[in-house]
Amino acid sequence: MEHTYKFLSRIGDDSLILGQRLAELCGHGPILEEDIALTNISLDLIGQATNIYTYAAQLEGKGRDADALAFLRLEHQYLNAILVEQPNGNFADTLVRQFFFDVYRKLLFEQLLTSTDKQIAAIAEKSLKETRYHLKHSSEWVIRLGDGTEQSKERAQFAILDLWRYTDELFYMDETEIQLAKAGVIPNLKDLKPLWMEQVLSVLNLATLTLPENQGFFGAGRQGRHSEHMGFLLAQLQYMQRVYPNMQW
Amino acid sequence: MSTNEWPLWEVFIRSKQGLNHKHVGSLRAPDAEMAMQNARDVYTRRSEGISIWVVQSALITASDPADSEAYFEPSDSKVYRHPTFYDLPDGIEHM
Repeated sequence: MEHTYKFLSRIGDDSLILGQRLAELCGHGPILEEDIALTNISLDLIGQATNIYTYAAQLEGKGRDADALAFLRLEHQYLNAILVEQPNGNFADTLVRQFFFDVYRKLLFEQLLTSTDKQIAAIAEKSLKETRYHLKHSSEWVIRLGDGTEQSKERAQFAILDLWRYTDELFYMDETEIQLAKAGVIPNLKDLKPLWMEQVLSVLNLATLTLPENQGFFGAGRQGRHSEHMGFLLAQLQYMQRVYPNMQW
Repeated sequence: MSTNEWPLWEVFIRSKQGLNHKHVGSLRAPDAEMAMQNARDVYTRRSEGISIWVVQSALITASDPADSEAYFEPSDSKVYRHPTFYDLPDGIEHM
């Protein structure tokens, strides 16, 4: 139970924090159509977070609900990967971040369809349809940015160099994931990495973009240690609940 | 900064009950694939449809409003083209 709760926190926080990041673009998208697209994805992710947190709260059994998990924890209690809390930056930064995440997310949900935990399998099934669309959207954009103008290519390539170091954390496993993988609740995340790499490369090749070589990886978000951006994000996310505790709307 | 705008696309959606695609609006997109995705995001987010067509607006040949009289008014005086002058046999419903 404790392991399942922790794993759900990890993937639920990925959804919530990336959803919050994309929500910041509401009304600020580069064009109307893309503004709506990114906001739709944000809402999908927050919806996924709601389902995941609801189950996590139930397993925890301490009387907390999904809202309490989303709004009332401290920074070190969020276990999202550092990739998803990175700022939106320019449009290429936003879409490359999304693309790295979507490939991982699609692979994860596909594997979770056969989880021995029926509730997790159900959440994965519902989320996978959304995630497949997110990946289609982000892949098409990465291809167009990379194989677009000189400026779009430069920005996309720079975004890759900047965000690459955070990608390995998506496949992080500690005792929690090891135990859950043994019990068939989740796949072995290390096995997802080569598949992820293959799919990332197939899109980057079309986009005429390249991956950095010999660059180290970084990130301890899965253990609650975040980048300097996280506190600001949470301040905005939690503001209403902190100022008006228990407010409903 | 480039001043080139993306081309305009017209969007047609077929609703769940509908048999035909209906024009619902337009949007801008760099190419057909992105136009399709944008149409999905802009025009079907409230379950409006199950099928999308997009066509570049420039490819549509439209009638000229100046031709309206010549095109459409002659038919106004030809009510006999409506099949309303027949006596229906008894027992036929739903006409």
